[in-house]
Amino acid sequence: MTAGQAPLLEVRDAVLSFGQTPALRGADLSVAAGEILAVMGPSGSGKSTLLHCMAGILVPDSGEVRFDGRRVDRMREPERSELRRDRFGFVFQFGQLVPELTAEENVAMPLLLGGTRRGPALAEARGWFPRLGLDGLGGRRSGELSGGQAQRVALARAMVARPDVLFADEPTGSLDSLTGEQVMEQLVDAVRENGTTAVIVTHEARVAACADREVMVRDGKVTSLRLERTGP
Amino acid sequence: MNVPLTLLGLLERQSSHGYDLKRDYDTYFSPGKPLLLGQVYSTLGRLARDGKVVVGPTEPGAGPDRKRYVITDRGATEVEEWLTEPVETEQHLQTELFTKVVLALMLGRDASAYLDLQRTAHVARMRELTEVKRTGMLIDKLLADHSMFRLEADLRWIDVTQARLGALAEEVRK
Repeated sequence: MTAGQAPLLEVRDAVLSFGQTPALRGADLSVAAGEILAVMGPSGSGKSTLLHCMAGILVPDSGEVRFDGRRVDRMREPERSELRRDRFGFVFQFGQLVPELTAEENVAMPLLLGGTRRGPALAEARGWFPRLGLDGLGGRRSGELSGGQAQRVALARAMVARPDVLFADEPTGSLDSLTGEQVMEQLVDAVRENGTTAVIVTHEARVAACADREVMVRDGKVTSLRLERTGP
Repeated sequence: MNVPLTLLGLLERQSSHGYDLKRDYDTYFSPGKPLLLGQVYSTLGRLARDGKVVVGPTEPGAGPDRKRYVITDRGATEVEEWLTEPVETEQHLQTELFTKVVLALMLGRDASAYLDLQRTAHVARMRELTEVKRTGMLIDKLLADHSMFRLEADLRWIDVTQARLGALAEEVRK
Protein backbone atom coordinates (compact mmCIF):
# COMPACT_ATOMS: atom_id res chain seq x y z
CA MET A 1 0.00 0.00 0.00
CA THR A 2 1.33 3.44 -0.88
CA ALA A 3 2.21 5.59 2.11
CA GLY A 4 -0.45 8.17 2.90
CA GLN A 5 -3.11 6.42 0.83
CA ALA A 6 -6.21 5.53 2.87
CA PRO A 7 -6.91 1.80 2.73
CA LEU A 8 -10.08 0.65 1.01
CA LEU A 9 -10.50 -2.14 3.55
CA GLU A 10 -9.26 -2.08 7.09
CA VAL A 11 -9.51 -4.42 10.06
CA ARG A 12 -8.35 -3.22 13.47
CA ASP A 13 -7.89 -5.44 16.49
CA ALA A 14 -10.70 -7.77 15.44
CA VAL A 15 -11.65 -10.44 17.97
CA LEU A 16 -14.21 -13.13 17.26
CA SER A 17 -15.01 -16.40 19.00
CA PHE A 18 -17.35 -19.21 18.05
CA GLY A 19 -18.65 -20.25 21.47
CA GLN A 20 -15.55 -21.00 23.54
CA THR A 21 -13.33 -21.28 20.47
CA PRO A 22 -11.44 -18.12 19.55
CA ALA A 23 -11.05 -17.59 15.79
CA LEU A 24 -9.63 -14.06 15.66
CA ARG A 25 -7.50 -12.73 18.49
CA GLY A 26 -6.77 -9.15 17.57
CA ALA A 27 -6.37 -9.27 13.81
CA ASP A 28 -5.14 -6.15 11.98
CA LEU A 29 -5.09 -5.77 8.21
CA SER A 30 -5.23 -3.04 5.58
CA VAL A 31 -5.88 -3.46 1.88
CA ALA A 32 -5.31 -0.67 -0.65
CA ALA A 33 -7.69 0.04 -3.52
CA GLY A 34 -6.77 -2.06 -6.54
CA GLU A 35 -4.51 -4.34 -4.53
CA ILE A 36 -4.61 -8.12 -4.83
CA LEU A 37 -3.93 -9.56 -1.40
CA ALA A 38 -3.42 -13.22 -0.56
CA VAL A 39 -4.33 -14.34 2.95
CA MET A 40 -2.51 -17.53 3.83
CA GLY A 41 -2.36 -19.68 6.92
CA PRO A 42 -2.82 -23.20 8.21
CA SER A 43 -6.25 -24.83 8.59
CA GLY A 44 -8.13 -23.34 11.50
CA SER A 45 -5.87 -20.28 11.69
CA GLY A 46 -8.80 -17.89 11.22
CA LYS A 47 -8.12 -16.81 7.64
CA SER A 48 -11.65 -17.54 6.34
CA THR A 49 -13.16 -15.93 9.43
CA LEU A 50 -11.10 -12.83 8.72
CA LEU A 51 -12.38 -12.76 5.13
CA HIS A 52 -15.97 -13.15 6.34
CA CYS A 53 -15.52 -10.22 8.73
CA MET A 54 -14.03 -8.03 6.01
CA ALA A 55 -16.92 -8.91 3.71
CA GLY A 56 -19.60 -8.16 6.31
CA ILE A 57 -20.74 -11.78 6.49
CA LEU A 58 -19.64 -12.03 10.13
CA VAL A 59 -19.35 -9.25 12.69
CA PRO A 60 -16.42 -9.35 15.12
CA ASP A 61 -17.14 -9.43 18.86
CA SER A 62 -14.87 -6.41 19.20
CA GLY A 63 -12.60 -4.37 16.96
CA GLU A 64 -13.31 -2.44 13.77
CA VAL A 65 -13.93 -3.32 10.15
CA ARG A 66 -13.96 -0.46 7.66
CA PHE A 67 -14.78 -0.39 3.98
CA ASP A 68 -14.23 2.85 2.10
CA GLY A 69 -14.16 4.66 5.44
CA ARG A 70 -17.48 3.18 6.66
CA ARG A 71 -17.72 1.02 9.79
CA VAL A 72 -19.00 -2.32 8.49
CA ASP A 73 -19.04 -3.77 12.01
CA ARG A 74 -21.58 -1.15 13.08
CA MET A 75 -23.96 -1.73 10.17
CA ARG A 76 -27.19 -3.63 10.66
CA GLU A 77 -27.66 -6.79 8.61
CA PRO A 78 -29.81 -5.19 5.85
CA GLU A 79 -27.13 -2.56 5.26
CA ARG A 80 -24.37 -5.17 5.22
CA SER A 81 -26.45 -7.28 2.89
CA GLU A 82 -26.81 -4.33 0.52
CA LEU A 83 -23.06 -3.71 0.72
CA ARG A 84 -22.32 -7.33 -0.16
CA ARG A 85 -24.75 -7.23 -3.06
CA ASP A 86 -23.75 -3.87 -4.52
CA ARG A 87 -20.05 -3.50 -3.78
CA PHE A 88 -18.60 -6.98 -3.25
CA GLY A 89 -18.25 -10.15 -5.32
CA PHE A 90 -17.63 -13.63 -3.96
CA VAL A 91 -15.97 -16.82 -5.20
CA PHE A 92 -15.93 -19.87 -2.97
CA GLN A 93 -14.10 -23.18 -3.21
CA PHE A 94 -16.93 -25.14 -4.79
CA GLY A 95 -18.48 -22.45 -6.97
CA GLN A 96 -21.83 -22.73 -5.21
CA LEU A 97 -23.85 -22.15 -8.33
CA VAL A 98 -27.62 -22.42 -8.09
CA PRO A 99 -28.23 -25.86 -9.65
CA GLU A 100 -31.72 -25.08 -10.97
CA LEU A 101 -30.47 -22.12 -13.01
CA THR A 102 -28.45 -22.13 -16.22
CA ALA A 103 -24.87 -20.84 -16.18
CA GLU A 104 -26.04 -17.59 -17.80
CA GLU A 105 -28.79 -17.11 -15.23
CA ASN A 106 -26.29 -17.77 -12.44
CA VAL A 107 -23.97 -15.09 -13.80
CA ALA A 108 -26.84 -12.64 -14.24
CA MET A 109 -28.11 -13.14 -10.71
CA PRO A 110 -26.26 -10.26 -8.99
CA LEU A 111 -27.59 -7.88 -11.64
CA LEU A 112 -31.14 -9.20 -11.28
CA LEU A 113 -30.92 -8.85 -7.49
CA GLY A 114 -29.63 -5.31 -7.99
CA GLY A 115 -32.71 -4.39 -10.01
CA THR A 116 -31.46 -4.76 -13.61
CA ARG A 117 -34.17 -6.07 -15.96
CA ARG A 118 -33.83 -9.69 -17.12
CA GLY A 119 -32.99 -8.93 -20.77
CA PRO A 120 -30.09 -6.53 -20.14
CA ALA A 121 -28.87 -8.64 -17.19
CA LEU A 122 -28.65 -11.78 -19.33
CA ALA A 123 -27.01 -9.84 -22.15
CA GLU A 124 -24.36 -8.54 -19.76
CA ALA A 125 -23.88 -12.04 -18.34
CA ARG A 126 -23.41 -13.51 -21.82
CA GLY A 127 -20.56 -11.08 -22.44
CA TRP A 128 -18.49 -12.84 -19.80
CA PHE A 129 -18.62 -16.28 -21.39
CA PRO A 130 -16.18 -15.78 -24.29
CA ARG A 131 -13.75 -13.85 -22.05
CA LEU A 132 -13.46 -16.82 -19.73
CA GLY A 133 -13.31 -19.53 -22.37
CA LEU A 134 -16.90 -20.59 -21.70
CA ASP A 135 -18.29 -20.20 -25.22
CA GLY A 136 -21.43 -22.20 -25.77
CA LEU A 137 -21.88 -23.18 -22.12
CA GLY A 138 -24.36 -20.48 -21.10
CA GLY A 139 -27.34 -22.81 -21.29
CA ARG A 140 -25.84 -25.55 -19.12
CA ARG A 141 -26.71 -26.18 -15.51
CA SER A 142 -24.01 -26.62 -12.89
CA GLY A 143 -24.26 -30.43 -13.00
CA GLU A 144 -23.31 -30.29 -16.67
CA LEU A 145 -20.12 -28.26 -16.10
CA SER A 146 -16.62 -29.47 -15.13
CA GLY A 147 -15.11 -28.16 -11.90
CA GLY A 148 -12.99 -25.62 -13.78
CA GLN A 149 -15.93 -24.45 -15.89
CA ALA A 150 -18.18 -24.09 -12.84
CA GLN A 151 -15.49 -22.07 -11.07
CA ARG A 152 -15.15 -19.74 -14.07
CA VAL A 153 -18.92 -19.28 -14.10
CA ALA A 154 -18.67 -18.43 -10.39
CA LEU A 155 -15.93 -15.92 -11.22
CA ALA A 156 -18.11 -14.32 -13.90
CA ARG A 157 -21.00 -14.14 -11.41
CA ALA A 158 -18.72 -12.47 -8.87
CA MET A 159 -17.45 -9.91 -11.38
CA VAL A 160 -20.55 -9.19 -13.49
CA ALA A 161 -21.73 -6.29 -11.33
CA ARG A 162 -18.20 -4.82 -11.38
CA PRO A 163 -17.67 -4.96 -7.63
CA ASP A 164 -15.20 -2.81 -5.71
CA VAL A 165 -13.87 -5.86 -3.91
CA LEU A 166 -13.70 -9.52 -4.90
CA PHE A 167 -13.49 -11.93 -1.96
CA ALA A 168 -12.27 -15.39 -2.94
CA ASP A 169 -12.03 -18.24 -0.44
CA GLU A 170 -9.82 -21.06 -1.76
CA PRO A 171 -10.93 -20.33 -5.35
CA THR A 172 -8.82 -23.15 -6.81
CA GLY A 173 -8.98 -25.51 -3.84
CA SER A 174 -11.09 -28.09 -5.64
CA LEU A 175 -9.25 -27.95 -8.97
CA ASP A 176 -6.18 -29.73 -10.38
CA SER A 177 -2.97 -27.69 -10.76
CA LEU A 178 -3.36 -26.76 -14.42
CA THR A 179 -7.07 -25.89 -14.22
CA GLY A 180 -6.46 -23.96 -11.01
CA GLU A 181 -3.73 -21.99 -12.71
CA GLN A 182 -6.02 -21.09 -15.62
CA VAL A 183 -8.78 -19.98 -13.25
CA MET A 184 -6.30 -17.85 -11.28
CA GLU A 185 -4.97 -16.23 -14.47
CA GLN A 186 -8.52 -15.33 -15.46
CA LEU A 187 -9.34 -14.09 -11.99
CA VAL A 188 -6.26 -11.83 -11.91
CA ASP A 189 -6.92 -10.55 -15.45
CA ALA A 190 -10.55 -9.81 -14.60
CA VAL A 191 -9.81 -7.87 -11.41
CA ARG A 192 -6.90 -5.96 -12.97
CA GLU A 193 -9.00 -5.00 -15.98
CA ASN A 194 -11.80 -3.78 -13.74
CA GLY A 195 -9.57 -2.15 -11.10
CA THR A 196 -11.20 -4.37 -8.50
CA THR A 197 -9.50 -4.97 -5.17
CA ALA A 198 -9.16 -8.67 -4.38
CA VAL A 199 -8.76 -10.56 -1.12
CA ILE A 200 -7.92 -14.20 -1.75
CA VAL A 201 -7.80 -16.75 1.04
CA THR A 202 -5.63 -19.67 0.06
CA HIS A 203 -3.32 -22.30 1.46
CA GLU A 204 -1.63 -22.69 -1.94
CA ALA A 205 1.60 -20.75 -2.43
CA ARG A 206 1.18 -20.65 -6.20
CA VAL A 207 -2.16 -18.91 -5.78
CA ALA A 208 -0.57 -16.43 -3.36
CA ALA A 209 2.17 -15.85 -5.92
CA CYS A 210 -0.46 -14.34 -8.25
CA ALA A 211 -1.18 -11.63 -5.66
CA ASP A 212 0.65 -8.34 -5.10
CA ARG A 213 1.26 -9.18 -1.45
CA GLU A 214 0.58 -11.96 1.01
CA VAL A 215 -0.08 -12.03 4.73
CA MET A 216 -0.10 -15.00 7.09
CA VAL A 217 -2.82 -15.65 9.62
CA ARG A 218 -1.67 -17.71 12.57
CA ASP A 219 -3.66 -18.28 15.75
CA GLY A 220 -6.13 -15.57 14.81
CA LYS A 221 -3.53 -12.86 14.21
CA VAL A 222 -2.14 -11.44 11.00
CA THR A 223 1.57 -11.44 10.25
CA SER A 224 2.63 -9.22 7.40
CA LEU A 225 6.20 -9.76 6.27
CA ARG A 226 8.26 -7.79 3.85
CA LEU A 227 11.68 -8.86 2.70
CA GLU A 228 14.39 -6.53 3.89
CA ARG A 229 17.01 -8.69 2.24
CA THR A 230 17.01 -11.62 -0.13
CA GLY A 231 20.41 -13.13 0.60
CA PRO A 232 21.05 -16.06 2.95
CA MET B 1 23.00 -30.40 -14.60
CA ASN B 2 25.01 -32.86 -16.68
CA VAL B 3 26.57 -30.51 -19.21
CA PRO B 4 28.51 -33.09 -21.31
CA LEU B 5 25.49 -35.32 -21.85
CA THR B 6 23.21 -32.37 -22.54
CA LEU B 7 25.62 -31.08 -25.20
CA LEU B 8 25.82 -34.61 -26.64
CA GLY B 9 22.03 -34.71 -26.76
CA LEU B 10 21.94 -31.43 -28.66
CA LEU B 11 24.52 -32.83 -31.08
CA GLU B 12 22.35 -35.90 -31.70
CA ARG B 13 19.64 -33.54 -32.89
CA GLN B 14 22.08 -32.06 -35.44
CA SER B 15 25.79 -31.49 -35.83
CA SER B 16 26.75 -28.04 -34.71
CA HIS B 17 29.40 -25.42 -34.09
CA GLY B 18 30.48 -24.74 -30.52
CA TYR B 19 28.88 -21.32 -30.40
CA ASP B 20 25.52 -22.59 -31.70
CA LEU B 21 25.61 -25.37 -29.08
CA LYS B 22 26.16 -22.82 -26.34
CA ARG B 23 23.29 -20.70 -27.63
CA ASP B 24 20.88 -23.66 -27.70
CA TYR B 25 22.00 -24.83 -24.26
CA ASP B 26 21.49 -21.37 -22.78
CA THR B 27 18.09 -20.95 -24.43
CA TYR B 28 16.58 -24.29 -23.49
CA PHE B 29 18.33 -25.42 -20.35
CA SER B 30 19.94 -22.53 -18.58
CA PRO B 31 18.19 -19.23 -19.26
CA GLY B 32 19.70 -16.48 -17.14
CA LYS B 33 22.79 -18.54 -16.35
CA PRO B 34 24.73 -18.96 -19.58
CA LEU B 35 27.53 -21.45 -20.08
CA LEU B 36 30.99 -20.01 -20.57
CA LEU B 37 32.18 -20.56 -24.12
CA GLY B 38 35.45 -21.89 -22.73
CA GLN B 39 33.53 -24.58 -20.84
CA VAL B 40 31.73 -25.59 -24.03
CA TYR B 41 35.01 -26.05 -25.91
CA SER B 42 36.76 -27.87 -23.07
CA THR B 43 33.76 -30.22 -22.76
CA LEU B 44 33.71 -30.82 -26.51
CA GLY B 45 37.46 -31.53 -26.35
CA ARG B 46 36.92 -34.22 -23.70
CA LEU B 47 34.00 -35.72 -25.64
CA ALA B 48 36.23 -35.90 -28.74
CA ARG B 49 39.06 -37.46 -26.74
CA ASP B 50 36.63 -40.14 -25.43
CA GLY B 51 35.33 -40.88 -28.92
CA LYS B 52 31.82 -39.53 -28.33
CA VAL B 53 32.09 -36.76 -30.92
CA VAL B 54 34.28 -36.17 -33.90
CA VAL B 55 35.47 -32.78 -35.02
CA GLY B 56 34.89 -31.93 -38.66
CA PRO B 57 37.29 -29.93 -40.77
CA THR B 58 37.44 -26.18 -40.24
CA GLU B 59 34.82 -24.61 -42.46
CA PRO B 60 35.50 -21.44 -44.40
CA GLY B 61 33.87 -18.28 -43.08
CA ALA B 62 34.26 -15.39 -40.73
CA GLY B 63 34.82 -15.80 -36.99
CA PRO B 64 36.89 -18.24 -34.98
CA ASP B 65 34.24 -20.92 -34.47
CA ARG B 66 34.16 -22.82 -37.72
CA LYS B 67 34.58 -26.41 -36.55
CA ARG B 68 31.53 -28.62 -36.75
CA TYR B 69 31.08 -31.27 -34.07
CA VAL B 70 29.33 -34.55 -34.94
CA ILE B 71 28.11 -37.18 -32.47
CA THR B 72 29.46 -40.73 -32.84
CA ASP B 73 27.56 -44.00 -32.30
CA ARG B 74 29.23 -44.29 -28.93
CA GLY B 75 28.05 -40.81 -27.98
CA ALA B 76 24.52 -41.55 -29.21
CA THR B 77 24.41 -44.76 -27.16
CA GLU B 78 25.40 -42.81 -24.08
CA VAL B 79 22.65 -40.25 -24.67
CA GLU B 80 20.13 -43.06 -25.20
CA GLU B 81 21.09 -44.68 -21.88
CA TRP B 82 21.08 -41.38 -20.00
CA LEU B 83 17.62 -40.40 -21.25
CA THR B 84 16.06 -43.62 -20.01
CA GLU B 85 17.73 -43.72 -16.56
CA PRO B 86 15.91 -42.17 -13.60
CA VAL B 87 17.66 -39.22 -12.02
CA GLU B 88 19.18 -40.18 -8.69
CA THR B 89 16.96 -39.12 -5.82
CA GLU B 90 18.45 -37.09 -3.01
CA GLN B 91 19.21 -39.70 -0.34
CA HIS B 92 20.90 -37.52 2.22
CA LEU B 93 19.27 -34.16 1.80
CA GLN B 94 20.68 -31.70 4.33
CA THR B 95 19.71 -28.33 3.03
CA GLU B 96 20.88 -25.03 4.42
CA LEU B 97 17.27 -24.34 5.32
CA PHE B 98 17.13 -27.45 7.52
CA THR B 99 20.52 -26.67 9.07
CA LYS B 100 19.55 -23.10 9.92
CA VAL B 101 16.35 -24.18 11.66
CA VAL B 102 18.03 -26.86 13.76
CA LEU B 103 20.96 -24.63 14.68
CA ALA B 104 18.66 -21.73 15.55
CA LEU B 105 16.72 -24.01 17.92
CA MET B 106 19.92 -25.36 19.47
CA LEU B 107 21.10 -21.80 20.09
CA GLY B 108 17.76 -20.61 21.41
CA ARG B 109 17.26 -18.20 18.48
CA ASP B 110 13.94 -17.36 16.82
CA ALA B 111 13.54 -20.13 14.27
CA SER B 112 9.91 -19.18 13.66
CA ALA B 113 10.85 -15.68 12.50
CA TYR B 114 13.47 -17.19 10.19
CA LEU B 115 10.90 -19.58 8.71
CA ASP B 116 8.47 -16.71 8.14
CA LEU B 117 11.17 -14.75 6.35
CA GLN B 118 12.13 -17.76 4.26
CA ARG B 119 8.49 -18.34 3.37
CA THR B 120 8.20 -14.73 2.20
CA ALA B 121 11.36 -15.09 0.10
CA HIS B 122 10.01 -18.28 -1.46
CA VAL B 123 6.66 -16.72 -2.31
CA ALA B 124 8.46 -13.66 -3.73
CA ARG B 125 10.46 -15.97 -6.01
CA MET B 126 7.25 -17.76 -6.97
CA ARG B 127 5.78 -14.39 -7.88
CA GLU B 128 8.70 -13.78 -10.27
CA LEU B 129 8.23 -17.24 -11.76
CA THR B 130 4.49 -16.60 -12.15
CA GLU B 131 5.37 -13.56 -14.25
CA VAL B 132 7.74 -15.69 -16.34
CA LYS B 133 4.90 -18.15 -16.88
CA ARG B 134 2.49 -15.37 -17.82
CA THR B 135 4.76 -13.83 -20.43
CA GLY B 136 7.11 -16.61 -21.50
CA MET B 137 7.03 -19.34 -24.11
CA LEU B 138 5.88 -22.85 -23.22
CA ILE B 139 9.45 -24.00 -22.58
CA ASP B 140 9.94 -21.13 -20.11
CA LYS B 141 6.70 -22.11 -18.38
CA LEU B 142 7.90 -25.69 -18.08
CA LEU B 143 11.13 -24.64 -16.38
CA ALA B 144 9.30 -22.14 -14.15
CA ASP B 145 6.81 -24.87 -13.17
CA HIS B 146 9.64 -27.15 -12.14
CA SER B 147 11.12 -24.43 -9.92
CA MET B 148 7.70 -23.59 -8.49
CA PHE B 149 6.89 -27.16 -7.53
CA ARG B 150 10.24 -27.44 -5.74
CA LEU B 151 9.58 -24.18 -3.92
CA GLU B 152 6.14 -25.48 -2.97
CA ALA B 153 7.75 -28.60 -1.52
CA ASP B 154 9.99 -26.38 0.61
CA LEU B 155 6.96 -24.35 1.67
CA ARG B 156 5.10 -27.46 2.76
CA TRP B 157 8.15 -28.41 4.80
CA ILE B 158 8.27 -24.89 6.27
CA ASP B 159 4.59 -25.12 7.28
CA VAL B 160 4.97 -28.51 8.93
CA THR B 161 8.19 -27.48 10.67
CA GLN B 162 6.59 -24.25 11.87
CA ALA B 163 3.89 -26.36 13.52
CA ARG B 164 6.48 -28.67 15.10
CA LEU B 165 8.97 -26.08 16.32
CA GLY B 166 8.11 -26.50 20.00
CA ALA B 167 8.64 -30.25 20.03
CA LEU B 168 11.69 -29.94 17.81
CA ALA B 169 13.28 -27.38 20.14
CA GLU B 170 12.89 -29.76 23.08
CA GLU B 171 14.49 -32.57 21.11
CA VAL B 172 17.56 -30.68 19.86
CA ARG B 173 18.26 -29.04 23.22
CA LYS B 174 18.42 -32.35 25.10
